[in-house]
Amino acid sequence: MSILINKDTKVITQGITGKTGQFHTEKCQEYANGKNCFVAGVNPKKAGEKIFDIPIYASVKEAAAETGATVSVIYVPPAGAADAIWEACEADLDLAICITEGIPVRDMLVVRNKMKQKVAKGGKETLLLGPNCPGLITPDEIKIGIMPGHIHRKGRIGVVSRSGTLTYEAVAQLTEIGLGQSSAVGIGGDPINGLKHIDVMRMFNDDPDTDAVIMIGEIGGPDEAEAAMWCKENMKKPIVGFIAGVTAPAGKRMGHAGALISGGADTADAKLAIMEECGFKVTRNPSEMGKLLKAML
Amino acid sequence: MKIHEYQAKELLRKYGVVTPRGFHCVSVDAAVKAAEELGGKIWVVKAQIHAGGRGKGGGVKLARSLDEVRQHANDILGMQLVTHQTGPEGQKVRNLLIEEGADIQKEYYVAALTDRATQKVAIMASSEGGMDIEEVAHSTPEKILKEFVDPLVGLTDAQAENLARGIGVPEASVAKAVDTLKRLYTCYMETDASLAEINPLILEGNGNIKALDAKFNFDSNALYRHPEIVDFRDFDEEDADEIEASKFDLAYISLDGNIGCLVNGAGLAMATMDTIKLFGAEPANFLDVGGGATTEKVTEAFKIMLKNPKVKGILVNIFGGIMRCDTIATGVVAAAKEVHLSVPLVVRMKGTNEDLGKKILAESGLPIITADTMAEAATKIVAAVK
Repeated sequence: MSILINKDTKVITQGITGKTGQFHTEKCQEYANGKNCFVAGVNPKKAGEKIFDIPIYASVKEAAAETGATVSVIYVPPAGAADAIWEACEADLDLAICITEGIPVRDMLVVRNKMKQKVAKGGKETLLLGPNCPGLITPDEIKIGIMPGHIHRKGRIGVVSRSGTLTYEAVAQLTEIGLGQSSAVGIGGDPINGLKHIDVMRMFNDDPDTDAVIMIGEIGGPDEAEAAMWCKENMKKPIVGFIAGVTAPAGKRMGHAGALISGGADTADAKLAIMEECGFKVTRNPSEMGKLLKAML
Repeated sequence: MKIHEYQAKELLRKYGVVTPRGFHCVSVDAAVKAAEELGGKIWVVKAQIHAGGRGKGGGVKLARSLDEVRQHANDILGMQLVTHQTGPEGQKVRNLLIEEGADIQKEYYVAALTDRATQKVAIMASSEGGMDIEEVAHSTPEKILKEFVDPLVGLTDAQAENLARGIGVPEASVAKAVDTLKRLYTCYMETDASLAEINPLILEGNGNIKALDAKFNFDSNALYRHPEIVDFRDFDEEDADEIEASKFDLAYISLDGNIGCLVNGAGLAMATMDTIKLFGAEPANFLDVGGGATTEKVTEAFKIMLKNPKVKGILVNIFGGIMRCDTIATGVVAAAKEVHLSVPLVVRMKGTNEDLGKKILAESGLPIITADTMAEAATKIVAAVK
């Protein structure tokens, strides 16, 4: 078991014909069951063509109807990415994973509210992962996104993080000490996104094949604190926590659009304190995440 | 991206928000001429820098004669204005705003910003105008009112009225305050702002509502569709090294320490800075080279870091994912040679082709120190600069 995706998931790639989309689709196909998972691409101008043996359709709706795919991954450039998310949502997919970095915040605000309105009116909910994220992977089954597949190993530890390379860092530490991962999820570094720490922690809590979780956050926003509070009441599994940005100055955007301290409550120190209060084993040394987790098992 | 007060007011006026009349000036003579043109008996001479707290720092002065306008403009223009937001070195004043005086009966605070938790636009308002809002939020949070706006609906009359009445706008002026709030919201949305703040918003003796000061930040992801806002950019107000770095698609922020760091990925870059501090030193910068750490980018990154005279050592931390470690090692070696690197360099590489990368570093003939973990790398660079 795993969360959100497994070897039987069928995936549509939106933006498959662009440079990034092509590059990563090929890598995803090469990983584990990828050949069978990546079943469709979308580009209205190239409908009917094929790329890496993957048929291209004019729309997500058509691709889903023809292939039975339930998940899409989006590499569409920033100006059109929010529309691509909405297209996945209108096609009633289960999950849209948006890799694209640099989407205007207003576009995300509008599409998130459209998605919520659709659900409020009784429509099907499409989950969103990202944007500005590396995607997610269930080792030895399927990889959807831009993470390096080979550092992962199948196992029973969940990893969730806003940062791509920090996810890889945690995964590599786990793999090195012999602990595999159930799923590793990058939720992205943007201020307005889909799934948050709390949502992914819920899924790991419910997943019988996840024994423990590494939760990684960073400065800016209320998400980590919200997740920590939920975990305090509900989480049945040990958690190691790390927050990047203890040394980050207030008011400066640290690379990620969402990594910006805007008040006293969203500093790294404040988040670490809340996580510790809520029963996480927190560390200020990111090289120790794997070791600490092993000690808790 | 930040803009000046005079530019923010220009934007607000475009959206129909009333502001005092005023002129942007860059010389003392122009300031006096502006005051003459405005007429009246009272003027305000305001330093224009991208930092708050200008009044307390002596950058905002009231003038009761043209001679006083000349005197204040002369004092303020060219001064190093120090506020709680500029740091101890202050910011040089190159621009002035000369405005007509206002008949202030009451000062309010209003602002629009994006609320991450609700994924709505928060319109905030307070009766405590003219104060530092952080301070109000800390000491009397009940005096800050908020309405959350669904961008598919917009700010409703009911929401705007709640805010206006809630902060104590007299009944006769509520309609004007509602109008101002709705215009502020429209301006915020249409310009892709990330913050639009009017502090203070004033009530005048005649019942009019006016924006006496304004501050805007914009979403840099959306600037591509706002050339008119990009034109407002003032490079004098930004860090020269950060501007240089952005030309090479490097995310760079200057800090106060003495260890330069070069990392791929924003989260890992922050984690590297934190590790340096944990092991007893301070980072000199945040630097994310992004996904493609090419030789050219690494070379430019080295050059920018080394321009800082405080830098006594460099820590490179790369997680080779799609980008292979041997490619990165080749880039680091070429860059170190090109800039004739003379400070200690510790490289920690992890991921794809890690061993090949380490071999390239070892055989380069350069005194590069290698490390396996972030902690080890930080320990080694801290020891090397002591």
